[in-house]
Amino acid sequence: MQLTVEFGGGLELLCNSVKIHNVNVELQKAAEKLTMKDLLAWIRTNLIKERPEMFMKGDSVRPGVLALVNDCDWELTGQLDTTLEEKDVVVFISTLHGG
Amino acid sequence: MAAADGGEVSAILRDLESLKASKSEIELRISALEARLQEINLQQPNGAVSNGSCAPLPSSVDSGYGHDLSPQMIYRYSRQLLLPSFGVQAQSKLLKSSILVVGAGGLGSPALLYLAACGVGHLGIIDHDVVELNNMHRQIIHTERFIGQPKVRSAAAACRSINSTIQVVEYQEPLRTSNALEIMSKYDIIVDATDNAPSRYMISDCCVVLGKPLVSGAALGFEGQLTVYNYNGGPCYRCLFPTPPPTTACQRCSDSGVLGVVPGIIGCLQALEAIKIAGEVGEPLSGRMLLLDSLSGRIRIVKIRGRSLQCVACGENTTFSKLQFREFDYENFTQSPLTPSPLKLNLLQADSRINTKEYKEKIDDGKAHVLIDVRPEHHFKIVSLPNSLNIPLPSLEARLPEISLALKENEENRGVNSELYVVCRRGNDSQRAVQSLHKLGFTSARDIIGGLEAWARDVDPNFPTY
Ligand SMILES: [Zn+2]
Repeated sequence: MQLTVEFGGGLELLCNSVKIHNVNVELQKAAEKLTMKDLLAWIRTNLIKERPEMFMKGDSVRPGVLALVNDCDWELTGQLDTTLEEKDVVVFISTLHGG
Repeated sequence: MAAADGGEVSAILRDLESLKASKSEIELRISALEARLQEINLQQPNGAVSNGSCAPLPSSVDSGYGHDLSPQMIYRYSRQLLLPSFGVQAQSKLLKSSILVVGAGGLGSPALLYLAACGVGHLGIIDHDVVELNNMHRQIIHTERFIGQPKVRSAAAACRSINSTIQVVEYQEPLRTSNALEIMSKYDIIVDATDNAPSRYMISDCCVVLGKPLVSGAALGFEGQLTVYNYNGGPCYRCLFPTPPPTTACQRCSDSGVLGVVPGIIGCLQALEAIKIAGEVGEPLSGRMLLLDSLSGRIRIVKIRGRSLQCVACGENTTFSKLQFREFDYENFTQSPLTPSPLKLNLLQADSRINTKEYKEKIDDGKAHVLIDVRPEHHFKIVSLPNSLNIPLPSLEARLPEISLALKENEENRGVNSELYVVCRRGNDSQRAVQSLHKLGFTSARDIIGGLEAWARDVDPNFPTY
């Protein structure tokens, strides 16, 4: 499944400072759909190069990270159970505090 | 000749110092007098003699045109009055509104300038900090002549010089749970222009308790974020971030850097949102968040969750009250201080450390040593000590052979044992590095206490700091 995965607010530092990743995530055998939970596990293995605890906590994102599916907060789409579709854009943003 | 020049230079420096001292004293008197004059003017609209029942604001005087804008106000705000969807109605609301800006830094600077200029009748500024030279690139409300003076005084003076007809109130103190309720309750709208996590939770909770809309902005590096909390049934900060982030995820401008114009853009947008709420025009950015990525030139506006029924602060069954707010420990909650000062670690035994003066003596005595600078490469490029070897902390383990080689060369050339020192910006990473070096067999490694900042402070005042 072709997806665009983006990192911002400093999370890109965990992926060699690359913000936009056009990725192809293979569905697991027998699986019919890809959920955010699956994608997070895939990202952890394939995109995160250092300090995974700065991105994830358990099987979800760490506190202070907003996950957005097609510009919409994943709280509104089902969080970990959100089903992804071809060409979806998934954004992870760390909240900023500076000023 | 050189000695004569030196004498002349120090005479000039002395003169400059004393002139600057008298200048800032005069400026203080000027701004105090200006503030007093403004107070008097506000109590006596149109210069009329007060009859005892003085009006609090000039906007309460009816002009006879069916609104309360004076001829001067009509002229001053004419370009806003000409906007059909803004007009006299929104302008009158602005003039009657009160807005508190928390933080007169990178975000607060442009926000305050625009809020003062557009005619917010009552503008509060709270900040405990003083103006520093390394603020100037982004905190554009301050001018060089206010360096060393309180930011609120500088910001208030700038607001008054743009618009002497509004009331500007200065709070030169940190916002705390002990004063937040009293101060914030005096304002209709709160603008969060602070720079740390505990303040953001505290301000949001206080807005929930008091029922005030909160215009929240943040900026770091090349990125910015903006949203409106606690407005018209929308979410509060805690609805979005019920659990605080780990402290390691809270980067600060003083550590990570920020391009000046980026908080400038977000601060302007904060002023815009506050104006929309105060003037009751347009659609405030509630339930949505603006994300600015300035390097790639992209702005994204995303839909965020609504008010959370489980929210500790604003949820359905919450018991969060003024009393609880006053007793809540935001520093403990976020594990970070409300008025951040640089971290000071103490990881090493005293015999594994050396202060900058002692290190200077080692240099003067010609002691054979290797100095490792563990800052990131772009820091090293700003300034470094002579003959230091830059090995950034994350690559320390991989580059141990370079350290061994440097020590060996040193010992071969000098025929004596070489000492090993580690330095960084403030003396925290150097301790972490020495800890690793000890574990990896370099048991003689010592860190330079306080890093380059201490070097500049205690040994070489001409050494640049950043
Ligand atoms: Zn809430």
